[in-house]
Parts: sequence; C-alpha cells; structure tokens
Amino acid sequence: MIHELLQPYEFEFFRNGLAVAVIAGALCGLVGVFVVQRGMSYIGHGLSHAIFGGFAASALLGVSIFVGAGIWGIASALAINGVTRRGRIGADAAIGVITTASFALGLALFALFGRRGQSFDAALFGSILGVSTTDVLVLAGVALCATAVVFFQYRPLLFTTFDPEVAEASGIRTARVEALLMVVLALTILSTMQVLGVTLVAASIVIPAVVARMLTDSFARMLILATGIGAACGLIGMNASYHANVQSGPTIVLTGAAFFVAVFAWSSLRSEVRRRSPVAA
Amino acid sequence: MTDSPHLVRLESVTCRYLTEAVLSGLDLDVGRGAMIGVVGPSGSGKTTLLRTILGSVKPVSGRVRLASGLRLAYVPQVETVNWSFPVTVGECVLMARTGRRLLPWASRVERAEAQAVLERLEIGELTERHIRELSGGQQQRVFVARALLRQPDLLLLDEPTSGVDARIRHELLHLLGELNAEGLTILLTTHDLNGIATHMPTLVCLNRHVVAVGSPLEVLTPATLEQTFGAPMDVLVHHGVCIVVDQPHTTAPPDDVPRLEEAVA
Repeated sequence: MIHELLQPYEFEFFRNGLAVAVIAGALCGLVGVFVVQRGMSYIGHGLSHAIFGGFAASALLGVSIFVGAGIWGIASALAINGVTRRGRIGADAAIGVITTASFALGLALFALFGRRGQSFDAALFGSILGVSTTDVLVLAGVALCATAVVFFQYRPLLFTTFDPEVAEASGIRTARVEALLMVVLALTILSTMQVLGVTLVAASIVIPAVVARMLTDSFARMLILATGIGAACGLIGMNASYHANVQSGPTIVLTGAAFFVAVFAWSSLRSEVRRRSPVAA
Repeated sequence: MTDSPHLVRLESVTCRYLTEAVLSGLDLDVGRGAMIGVVGPSGSGKTTLLRTILGSVKPVSGRVRLASGLRLAYVPQVETVNWSFPVTVGECVLMARTGRRLLPWASRVERAEAQAVLERLEIGELTERHIRELSGGQQQRVFVARALLRQPDLLLLDEPTSGVDARIRHELLHLLGELNAEGLTILLTTHDLNGIATHMPTLVCLNRHVVAVGSPLEVLTPATLEQTFGAPMDVLVHHGVCIVVDQPHTTAPPDDVPRLEEAVA
C-alpha cells in the first residue's frame, strides 16, 4: 500500500510537477485572501482569460509568453483597477468588460493566424506534468516576490483592503498599494496558468481563501491558513491525479472543493451546536 | 497656519459629484479645541464636508487650508464598515500605526499603546474578539480607538450615533466631551438634532453651504431650521437645552370630517 502511494515519486516528472503544484497552490492561496476580501473573486477567472489574449499575441510575435502575456496581464489588471477606482463602474463590470474583450482578442488572433507556439489546450487546461525547469524557476521567483510583497506591505495591504478611504486619509498611498496587489495577482495567474490552465486557476485563488475564512476571524491567520490549504490542495490533488489517472488541474481543484465542503459542514455543525447549547450563566 | 487659532479653514469651497454641486461656496473655520456638530438633511453635504477636509474629495473651486503638521483621524459611519471582514479588535485598532513599521507584526510598544487606548475606552478585554461579535457601542468604540491611536489633533466622526440606542449615544457623547476637554478638536456630523446636536458647544447648520454657525441656542431657531431642512420645526427650551419638534401638519380638515373631540364625544 505504502509502496503504491510512493510509486509516483520515483519519476522525476512527477516530483517536478508536485513541486510546482504545491508552490502554485500556496501562491494562489496567499494572493487569494486579498482577492476574496476585496470582493473581486471573479477577477481570477477574468484575468486568466485576459492573459489568454497575451498568450495568443506572444505566440504570434514569437516573444516569450512570460514577457508578452505578463505585460498583457499586468496591463489588464491595472486597467481594471483604474476603471474601478474612478467609482462610476463596479469592479465586477470592469472585470467583465476588460477581461472578456482580451480573451476574445486572443481567440480572434488564434483564428486569424493559426495556433503557433504555445499549445492552445495547455493554455486552457494546464499541463502540470510537462513543466520545464524554467517554469519551475519562474513560479518559484514569483512566489518569493509575492511573499516578500505581502510580508513587507502587510499592514498597508490590510488597511487598504479593509477600509480604503480611512487608509488614504491616514496617509497610505492606496492607489499604489492596490496597483502593487494587481501586479502580484497578474504575475500569480500568469505563472500558475501553465499548471492549472485558464479554466481552473480562478478556483485555486478563491477556494483556499474561502475555506480559511470559515476557520478563522483573524486576517493574519487567514493568510497563513489559505497558503497552507492551497499547498495541501496541490499535494493531495497531484497524488490523486496520478492514482486516479485524471488530469492534475481538475484533481487539485476538486481537492479544494472537498476541503470547502468538509469545512463548511463542520462550521455549520459547530454553529448549530453553539446555537442550541444553553448560555452559560 | 502654524500660529493660527484655526486647524482647518475652508474658503468658498465648491465640490461636485459629476455635475451636481454638493457643497457650494462653503466657508467654515474649525478652531483649535473646538467641538462642532454639523447638522443638515440627507444630501446636504455633511459627509462630503468631512471628506473634503480629509482630502479624499477635491474641491472644484475654493481652498482648504489645514494647519501645518495637522494630524487627522476619521471615524466612518458604522454602516459603511464591512463587518464580515476577518479582523479582530486588536488588528483593527493597530491599523492606525500602518506605515510606521515595515514588519507585519506590531511591536511591543505599539501593542501596549493600542491596549492602553482600548482600556481607556473600556473595551480592553476585547482585543482578540472579531469586530462583528461586539455590541453597537463597542463597535463604535473600536473605531474611535483606532482614530485615537493616531494621536490626532482633529477627530472627524461621520454620524457617530447612527443606528445606536440612547444609552450608547449618551456614553459616546460623554466620551467625546472628555476627549474635547483634554484638548482634542472634534468635528462630527449628525442628523440627530435632540440626541446629539443640542449638546454640542458649537453647531453648523449645513445645506450645501453654511446656513448658520453658533451655539445651539443661537442656531436652533425655527427660521434657521426651516432654511436648513426645508421643513417647519418648533424649538422648545427646557433648562437651557433646545428641543426641536416637528410642527404638526397644519392642513385644515374638510368640513364634513368631524373633529377629534366631536368624534369621541
């Protein structure tokens, strides 16, 4: 039994894939806390679609996808942030317009000029077992940068996420903090898309944060929990993927969904027990 | 304005949202040590006035002059707070110290100062509680504590008694009075004429511009109130305190409708 469970670890491709899945899960979990608490859960879904346009353009121009799609993703994220800050259009509407237009442009470019360079399917559904050393290094670099940003900008990020108006009045440059978060988010999506694909990256951003929120009322603890849950989803999902012979993206997301169901049921049960228990005198 | 007796001076300030002027040619001085209540109907520009002083709303014309080095703190309306946000009382209050330290955790000194402010406001035992788990009065005090931890010269409060009961309103008034007596300048907005406004040393009646400024006895007159609120009101004075009452509906009943005393006779 143990031998069977450890069998995939004999393969280098699996070990690489597992490392990437764990780092990607942790990274998405960390960044997802800010996304969920800002009420922008849809942005992960939207930005991954927007970056798909960058994939198509990069492939056509023959430039690195990390450069082309990265610039594209950051520009989309900053455009969403800029439109939202003007206050006349809500974040959901700005995400809907900008990201779907970008995704449509990607599809049109593929249709007009063919699918050169990057695999169309890999961009859509991810390809965790075919990741190169460069992919691993880029992901590790982005994870390191994101962790550094959250660590050193924790307090401005918390204040701006919770109460942007008072944060601004207290001397926090909220526009700069929000733009920094958007850049980190775009880079997170870009680096994890290769692993999870356009269609599944949003779930990896949202689910760990939502699960963590059900477990704690503290923002600091939520960040730690979401990062851990994201990493655990990557670890368990990759192993499940190998043994069930199912693509890794779906098994990672389904592991997150299982966490959600279990924690939701547990927290609902706990609330019910508390509600029914007599109040201590 | 370093040596000026005023912390804030607004000169002919006009602010617009899109094309609509919310404040129009407003002049107002906030003196050091003052405690000022701003009253006015919904849409009269009370919150915009505070936001203009904070700098989050830029006037399209006029000037906002702040005393050099002025430290502002703002207590938002509790209705605008995201109560489901995962933040404990301690985390919320320590937001006041954002920007002073690069490390994510608060220093021992910062925690001690935050605790001292919470103790002062009699909510020292709630540090680890989530903000949603508190009573209305405790929630209000958490945000006052966050503002006080900034050690402000001027405290701005937007409708601080909105949605709270009479006891909490009384406690808050008492607290603000104490803080003001210690030298803190306070400017608050309120729609609560009898519960709050009549207890302010200085009142500003606002309806896009300043209608009147003065003590409650000077300002709370039927003429000023009608000019401010656009509705007729009477003012009674009881032991030196003004009580504002709505004027009864004066439309005469039709002749065929019996008067009350006739109907019950």
